[in-house]
Amino acid sequence: MTDNLDTMSPRQAREPEAQQSVTPGNPSGGAPYSKSTIKLSAEHLNFYYGDFQALHDVNLSVHEKQITALIGPSGCGKSTFLRTINRISETIRHTRVEGLITLEGSDILKMDVTSLRRRVGMVFQRPNPFPKSIYDNVAYGVRVNGIDKGKSLDEIVEQSLKRAALWEEVKDKLQQSALALSGGQQQRLCIARALAVDPEVLLLDEPCSALDPIATAKIEDLLFALKSQCTIVIVTHNMQQAARTADDTGFFLLGKLIEFDRTEVMFRKPSQKQTEDYITGRFG
Amino acid sequence: MNLSFRRKAVNAVMLTLTGVCTVLVAGSLLVILGYLAWNGLASLNVEFFTKLPTPPGEMGGGMANAILGSAKVLLVAMLIGVPIGFMAAVYLAEFGSGSFSGVVRYATDLLNGVPSIVIGIFAYAIIVLPMRHPSTFAGGVALGIMMIPIALRTTEEFLRAVPVSLREGAMALGASRSRTIFTVVIPAAKSGILSGLMLNLARVAGETAPLLFTTLGNPFWSVGWMQPTATLPQMIFTYAISPYDDWRRQAWAAGFVLLVLVLTVNAAARFTIGRTSARGRS
Repeated sequence: MTDNLDTMSPRQAREPEAQQSVTPGNPSGGAPYSKSTIKLSAEHLNFYYGDFQALHDVNLSVHEKQITALIGPSGCGKSTFLRTINRISETIRHTRVEGLITLEGSDILKMDVTSLRRRVGMVFQRPNPFPKSIYDNVAYGVRVNGIDKGKSLDEIVEQSLKRAALWEEVKDKLQQSALALSGGQQQRLCIARALAVDPEVLLLDEPCSALDPIATAKIEDLLFALKSQCTIVIVTHNMQQAARTADDTGFFLLGKLIEFDRTEVMFRKPSQKQTEDYITGRFG
Repeated sequence: MNLSFRRKAVNAVMLTLTGVCTVLVAGSLLVILGYLAWNGLASLNVEFFTKLPTPPGEMGGGMANAILGSAKVLLVAMLIGVPIGFMAAVYLAEFGSGSFSGVVRYATDLLNGVPSIVIGIFAYAIIVLPMRHPSTFAGGVALGIMMIPIALRTTEEFLRAVPVSLREGAMALGASRSRTIFTVVIPAAKSGILSGLMLNLARVAGETAPLLFTTLGNPFWSVGWMQPTATLPQMIFTYAISPYDDWRRQAWAAGFVLLVLVLTVNAAARFTIGRTSARGRS
């Protein structure tokens, strides 16, 4: 367990919330959710691929303007859970959802899927820029959803690229193909593309798994910067990444949410034996 | 030792055999091209591309009307075959599921296997007979029907090759299914679809049987779309079996021109594809 204390990065320790001591009255022993409300919540969520049940009775709440990390071994259902939040899971045939997912209290399964996806953006495991120019990539979602009044498309593109910390690298070649960018740049482009429609929630499905450590560090820095503007849910295989970046962490195993708590609690004294085994590297 | 000798002998024989056959494959193209050039190049001059055919016995003349006629027939064929094949491919690749798609794919393969002369008779029966005369349009319909299966299968294949991640990326931004297809999937498959179209055109450009009784032939310029027209394959057929030396030489020249056109389009298609896959890797 002491190993895991070392993995907590200085960045995380500098977060004011993380320095707060254990507060009585919070049963989990973690820092309280100061001024933070529940943005997104899943209740009794089951998910099926045909006959195979991928999620079993998942209950989880994501707090506004926090980073929530979902960890667990491959095939544990964490990506599936993420993909049900913006209902991109529906694009696969023979899938079925049971239970309730609410975004600010309203049931997402009853929402218009287009407006849901405008509010809940997603970044995928492998960078998936469209074979178009950098500009057209970022502008895509805006063109699909219509432009907000008072802003030009050029402004939105510039602003989004700046928010994704990519502007300085691409400002002189906006009309070049996005496929000519490096992997890390492509992934930040995909983040810029998602940010262009100003989502309230940003889902990231192992966004750094195809990237080198330097590109990974850039994306993590970016997440900290974005936290003040939107709610972030990130699926990761990398436990150090969860420890470094997340406020809350959930541990999935075999389709079940084993434990969900403040990140420092999860990594210092998890209440479940399975969580402890996983984060100390005994399996997975 | 004996066994090893036998193995080596068998190996040498098989290697020679496969090598010779490989040379034959590449060689037959060169032989055909060379033979056409040998016989036809003498008649290949500017007049061939600019002049109308001359009556038998009179030297000179060209096949300008047949070249234009072929182009017009192919244009009609493309306008008929490509949109039908393309839209059906979009349906099969993006929306089609289960047994219906299977039936459609099977029917497409069967259509692809229908002898071209049968398609010619069909076009003759439904267009030439009611109109009472052959026409560019009728020939275009016949070739257009022949283009449908290849247009469908190549388009479907290239649409399916577009990664799911691109579709998900677009839909995650709020794009509807059809918007995703038309703004992301089809543009991503564009050069593949285009090269498929070129190969398809090159394939039907040389079709002769369906044209013999749909466009018939015409020694003059064909006006409009509803008149009989000369086409390169039909001119080759007519001139090659004629008793006049000059005409037969021109048939060789026309054959050479047709073959070079087809080879050029093929090469262009491969170039387009090559560029796509090179970009896809980056």
